[in-house]
Amino acid sequence: MTISPDQIILLDLGFWALNATVAVTWGIMAMLTLGAWLITRRISDATEISRWQNLLEVLVSGLRDQIAAVSRQRPGRYLPFVGTLFIFILASNLLHLVPGLIPPTGSLSTTVALALCVFVAVPVFGIAQEGVAGYLRQYMRPTPIMLPFNIISELSRTVALAVRLYGNIMSGTVIAGILLSLAPFIFPVLMQLLGLITGVIQAYIFAILAMVYIASASSVRRGHESTSRSEENTNG
Amino acid sequence: MDSTALIAMVSIFTAGITIAIGAIGPALGEGRAVAQALSAIAQQPDEAGTITRTLFVGLAMIESTAIYCFVVAMILIFANPFWNQLSAAAGG
Repeated sequence: MTISPDQIILLDLGFWALNATVAVTWGIMAMLTLGAWLITRRISDATEISRWQNLLEVLVSGLRDQIAAVSRQRPGRYLPFVGTLFIFILASNLLHLVPGLIPPTGSLSTTVALALCVFVAVPVFGIAQEGVAGYLRQYMRPTPIMLPFNIISELSRTVALAVRLYGNIMSGTVIAGILLSLAPFIFPVLMQLLGLITGVIQAYIFAILAMVYIASASSVRRGHESTSRSEENTNG
Repeated sequence: MDSTALIAMVSIFTAGITIAIGAIGPALGEGRAVAQALSAIAQQPDEAGTITRTLFVGLAMIESTAIYCFVVAMILIFANPFWNQLSAAAGG
């Protein structure tokens, strides 16, 4: 039984092999980019909008609301990164429904790559917001004794982020495969439905956790400033 | 008993034990978290959105311990490193 799309080789050139993970990932990226381009090409601000534009507006405004609620800051600067993570993971988890396709998030390589993106994004956003000294100082909070524990937590939560997504999606694939050999008639459909819920929730959780980590690294000087920021939010 | 049978036996046994024990803790923890969240929503229905979002994130954190156990069990069954080493040594 293949439990990882890394093991499925589509094209072997001897020195370089194309496995299903890479191929499906590029397929999803092409699909998302093409879809976004096709929809935004005929975008309009009239009262009648097409259903696809409606879909995108719901998606983007929902993401903005969630980011603003979690980070208590303006969502604009975080939306590209967190929104991309959410939409990519959601699209790839939902591909689980297409017969014969194993979602690329069911491979540890993909999820580790996504978690490394978050690992890099946390200091990038933190330094952009607080400056190098301000960002580094928060490793010393509440006392300098906590320094090694803060560093360990930074690393372990990256591992946890990767293994959580991988484990959830891989377990869905494996359980579907096992059930297909035991009770192939109705039961796998129910597990597929459960996998649909798991896929959406895991995409949401990955994006929200990434946002929580980024927000916790870039909100050292919150305190009295947060009130003025939330006023800006309601005004702008 | 040769080492092949021993490795197979211990791997399967350990995989079962891993997922069995590893499911107990998260199940109890998630039950407590959901019960608390439900009573909190019953007391403050206005805060349902915030409570639900925090609940989902918390449940994902709790559940990840069970997922680690599942991943270890899957490694023991499908990708056991000792098994691969043994079959390589046997020329398989």
